Amino acid sequence: MYLGRVIGTVVAERKYEGLEGKKLLVVEPLDHRGKATREPEVAVDTVQAGRGDLVWLVASREAALALEPWFVPVDAAIVGIVDEVDAKK
Amino acid sequence: MKLCRVEGTVVGAVHHKVYDGQKLMIVTPVDGGDSFLAVDRVQAGVGDTVLVNQEGNGTRQLLKMGQQVPIRSLIVGIVDEVHRDE
Repeated sequence: MYLGRVIGTVVAERKYEGLEGKKLLVVEPLDHRGKATREPEVAVDTVQAGRGDLVWLVASREAALALEPWFVPVDAAIVGIVDEVDAKK
Repeated sequence: MKLCRVEGTVVGAVHHKVYDGQKLMIVTPVDGGDSFLAVDRVQAGVGDTVLVNQEGNGTRQLLKMGQQVPIRSLIVGIVDEVHRDE
């Protein structure tokens, strides 16, 4: 899992079955100091995150397990909204 | 598995239900690389060197929460000592 900042939204009307109605967000992956670790990516949202939120995500096959139904083609899912990061900067 | 150092914790009240009651830690690989998050089941603390399993199937077996568990990284051990040839 990893931290990320929601920096945008994606609208895709025609989607694979199972993805209908799922919210897609553009997320910039971050380390705990707030440094971007790689290029932004699209993630499916399961927690009603919004733009600017600091979130945590799960990637690869486990991303699909965050959804209902769960056998869907996604490789990143937002699974939590961060209230607090407690670590040395 | 990866050798990592525990840097701190992350708290978030709004989360997927499988994260209820889980301790979420920030870990950094000791051999370099960006920090990431792992669920802690061995009561690790900040500054500890730990063993992190980064693979969902093993994690699902260890957590025993069923098959639909969107957790991938799990701290599975606290490392006391590492010997390696330089």
